Amino acid sequence: MSEQHKFWWVMAGILALLLVASAIGAVLHYRTDPGRRGVVDNLNARIRAWWVMVALLCACFELGRIATLVFFALASFFALREFTTLTPTRRGDHWPLCLCFYVAIPLQYWLIGVDWYGLFAICLPVYGFLLLPAISALTGDVESFLERTTKMQWGLMLTVYCISYAPAVLLLHIPGYEGQSLLLMLYLLLVVQISDVLQYVFGKLFGKRKLAPVVSPSKTVEGLVGGGLCATLIGACLWWITPFTFWGSAGMSALIVMAGFLGGLALSAVKRSLGAKDWGSMIEGHGGMLDRLDSVSFAAPIFFHIVHYAFT
Amino acid sequence: MITSRVLVGLVRLLVGAHARWISSTPSSAQRVYFANHSSHLDALALWSALPPALRNSTRPVAARDYWGKGGVRGFIADHGFRAVYIERDIAKREGDPLQPLMDALDAGDSLIIFPEGTRSQERLPQAFKAGLYHLAKRYPQAEFVAVYLDTLHRSMPKGSLLPVPLICTVRFGRVLHLQPDEEKETFLQRAREAVVELA
Repeated sequence: MSEQHKFWWVMAGILALLLVASAIGAVLHYRTDPGRRGVVDNLNARIRAWWVMVALLCACFELGRIATLVFFALASFFALREFTTLTPTRRGDHWPLCLCFYVAIPLQYWLIGVDWYGLFAICLPVYGFLLLPAISALTGDVESFLERTTKMQWGLMLTVYCISYAPAVLLLHIPGYEGQSLLLMLYLLLVVQISDVLQYVFGKLFGKRKLAPVVSPSKTVEGLVGGGLCATLIGACLWWITPFTFWGSAGMSALIVMAGFLGGLALSAVKRSLGAKDWGSMIEGHGGMLDRLDSVSFAAPIFFHIVHYAFT
Repeated sequence: MITSRVLVGLVRLLVGAHARWISSTPSSAQRVYFANHSSHLDALALWSALPPALRNSTRPVAARDYWGKGGVRGFIADHGFRAVYIERDIAKREGDPLQPLMDALDAGDSLIIFPEGTRSQERLPQAFKAGLYHLAKRYPQAEFVAVYLDTLHRSMPKGSLLPVPLICTVRFGRVLHLQPDEEKETFLQRAREAVVELA
């Protein structure tokens, strides 16, 4: 089967899932009293947002590599904008922040575009890490310097460096899997997002024991175990779009699920220490861009490096 | 028309400019929106936050020394948001500095003004200048709407050329009218408080 065929088979599956989800959402909407529709309305808003996100993913796949990079660069841009909005910044942060938005984002995605793995992997963690505080220091504002620098670094690493690892899967040249790396990116995103959705569904249906009540009250043991196992199973069943065997794919999915879960948890803690419930309000029902990409930002780099180590 | 659309798109991309109608609703009645002033983006952000139908008839008041110098800025001000220029330099003033504003109001347009007169780096606005009172007295039928703009002072602090993209929320507050025989100071104070309560 060609890459195109595989892609459309997977899309047909997603389409079926979304149709079922929309149907369930509509039934729930009519069977719930108008006064108690809070959760159902939120569910339906999420499902609608999913249709849009899947359509965007299809567009990326049809338009190819450059469109995919532009799409993720914009996602990084909006995520960094959300992060910076919640972070208290001062006059002295102006130039370093301009660098993050107008130089770091285009540079990072350009490096993926020209297939320059060596610099892509170290550009922000080495050069960015050292350059930003140096520029901040030049402005002479030392008021809570370390706190400000730390927050800026965190924002940049999370929203630009880590998220850019999702399309960076296109950099992987796996012998015997040439020309299909977009499918591998699709696999990564699917498993992360399905895991998020299933953890939410299992948590709502069976959740009793809260995992981390202070950090993220919606996360439950039942949600993690049930949703995580289901997502791993779905991921394993998608082995035919990856270079992995069935069991290899199961292992990779389990890894993605765990990393995604930890990402959601860690970013909830970051969000709370910045004093917010949601990162923003960009995606209806989901909150902000970062609320949707928190698990991707942890899962993508780990997935990338393990595949890079084991397969290339 | 195209310039305006591109401009609004760009403003949305950079600073969001999401409208929150807290204690007033969009209306085509003649209005004077008055807001806190913390950056050169303020006029653009407030104007972009308005519904498209109202944007056509609402003109921001802009400082001639910043927006009126031609070039890209001048193009944006003239063709993007149809600025009403105000002369801040007393030496260059001829006649009533409010005359251009009154001309616009007489023509039936709504206005966006920043009664502090100059940008402030604080969260809360400084004292308001008397211009707002004179307009309220002369145009009793116009609705004076308090507006608060957040985060823009961080996005484009004084002296910076490029804005840092941050999400700005534009909060629309109460509608005010000058009360019969209300003192100038009382009205200006009341107007400032209407902005402060949105902060």
